[in-house]
Amino acid sequence: MEITALTALELGKRIKAGEVTVEEAVKAQLEKIKERDSVYNCYVTVMEEEALKRAAEVQKQIDAGELKDSPLAGVPVAIKDNICTKGVLTTCSSKILNNFKPPYDATVIEKLEAAGAVIIGKLNMDEFAMGSTTETSYFGPTKNPWNIERVPGGSSGGAAAAVAAEEVWYALGSDTGGSIRQPSSFCGVTGLKPTYGSVSRYGLIAYASSLDQIGPIARNVSDCAAVFEAIAGYDVKDSTSVKMDDYHFTEALVDDVKGLRIGIPKGYLGEGLDPEVKEAVLAAAKTLEAKGAIVEMFDMDMVDYAIPAYYVIASAEASSNLSRFDGVKYGYRTPDFEDLQDVYKKTRDEGFGMEVKRRMMIGAFVLSSGYYDAYYIKALQVKALIKKGFDDAFAKYDIILGPTAPTTALKMGENLSDPLKMYLGDIYTVSVNLAGLPGISLPCGIDSSGLPIGVQMIGQAFSEKTLIRAAYSLEQTRSYERPACVKGEN
Amino acid sequence: MAITDETIEYVAALAKLDLTDEEKERAKKDLGNIIGYVDTMNQLDTTGIEPMSHVFAYHNVFREDLVTNGPDRDNILANAPEEKDGGFKVPRTVE
Repeated sequence: MEITALTALELGKRIKAGEVTVEEAVKAQLEKIKERDSVYNCYVTVMEEEALKRAAEVQKQIDAGELKDSPLAGVPVAIKDNICTKGVLTTCSSKILNNFKPPYDATVIEKLEAAGAVIIGKLNMDEFAMGSTTETSYFGPTKNPWNIERVPGGSSGGAAAAVAAEEVWYALGSDTGGSIRQPSSFCGVTGLKPTYGSVSRYGLIAYASSLDQIGPIARNVSDCAAVFEAIAGYDVKDSTSVKMDDYHFTEALVDDVKGLRIGIPKGYLGEGLDPEVKEAVLAAAKTLEAKGAIVEMFDMDMVDYAIPAYYVIASAEASSNLSRFDGVKYGYRTPDFEDLQDVYKKTRDEGFGMEVKRRMMIGAFVLSSGYYDAYYIKALQVKALIKKGFDDAFAKYDIILGPTAPTTALKMGENLSDPLKMYLGDIYTVSVNLAGLPGISLPCGIDSSGLPIGVQMIGQAFSEKTLIRAAYSLEQTRSYERPACVKGEN
Repeated sequence: MAITDETIEYVAALAKLDLTDEEKERAKKDLGNIIGYVDTMNQLDTTGIEPMSHVFAYHNVFREDLVTNGPDRDNILANAPEEKDGGFKVPRTVE
């Protein structure tokens, strides 16, 4: 087996054992990127020179007996392009930031580097994380490694596709309404959206600050748990950061769901759900039941109102957050202007793509006087009801289980012209962000078109260990399936 | 609800966007559809429900007002579209 097909933890072990050097790992991965990325377009920036230089540093540390407690030491990682990396392009896949080199690192970057990670590149995404297909990127769409006529999902589509195509061992993505979980589902990999506040957002370029959260995408649950352990933690630089009682997430990698109470909301299995996805998700629930979990269906209200509330709140926050891009301090500036207002308006019109403009306008609309109460305040009330719905559910269940997305990977271009249709695909993921909860998506089957199906599990706030245990237990019942492209079949 | 030309002009001005006519037409159609869909929230009675801005009980976080970063002007200005004399250069705004 080629080392690029290993999991991150397996590679970490081999590096520690001296069977593989960090430089060998970096070189093997760069080779695959060169071979494959012209097809999949997962990367915006490949950091060849930096990664090789860093590999030598990390190797020295490992040889000196440092980084003993870091199972990921020496393992290359790639980062979604909305997470700031000092001196390295961080574009949000937007023209307006196409030349932006942050003067600082995000906290997650500092934490990964302290754990001995080697950053190998920056990953494609929907522009400013607004989209579910990675087709809104200024740098062109990423393609799904399972079928290049399909989207990889989004907005962390470059991250999920790179992990699936074995163009990286693991990646960091961000999830505002499903942007880690849905692409993981579409690409047949595992993605964890942690509890809001558990991972510092310092250095994550904001889309909707009350919903954004950084998390790992990897080829199995164990890797996700190890990465989460490395990046979680309280940070004074993020005022919404929360101190957790326990950060030993890899301790939860235990194959045992006996007595675990799992609820399936009936509303997650209704109209719009692809029958093959439904079948695979229910089969996953049966598997957990056979292992001793208690599985029940239940009624959860508000499922239908999550998307409208989400798009109002997210767009409102986006319109505020994205007002900082003005062509003055960094990024793109229109070449042709007369006065300062001109600089602002032309820079923004030329610098942002259509989906971003659309959301900023929705946001400006719902926050404008006359509509603020009817839309923005109303959405915050719906959010309170959604949170209450989850609180009631978690009084009865440890885990809520359902599909990650209503379908498997869509055809390229299918949803691009109809934003509302694209928004409706987020039905099972957005409420998790509104309620600040942790959620994980992992593969549970392959449909008749040969595309992976994802199952989502949702936990109570800060109960990632329960979530990891449940996901790990399910994962033990099936082997990891690789797309044909990495097996040399096409 | 129907989105009028005036509404599009207004939100484009709020968002500081210099939209082309084609973009305005498209925005009118898209926003009409999206806001129409968002209106389904009105089927829900939310009387007496406290709007929730944050799910956790966050409070203001205070710290001592100490400078912890060093001078970094050149690095920061390296990203500026135009700079002059150690500052960001913009068109004349005051006559």
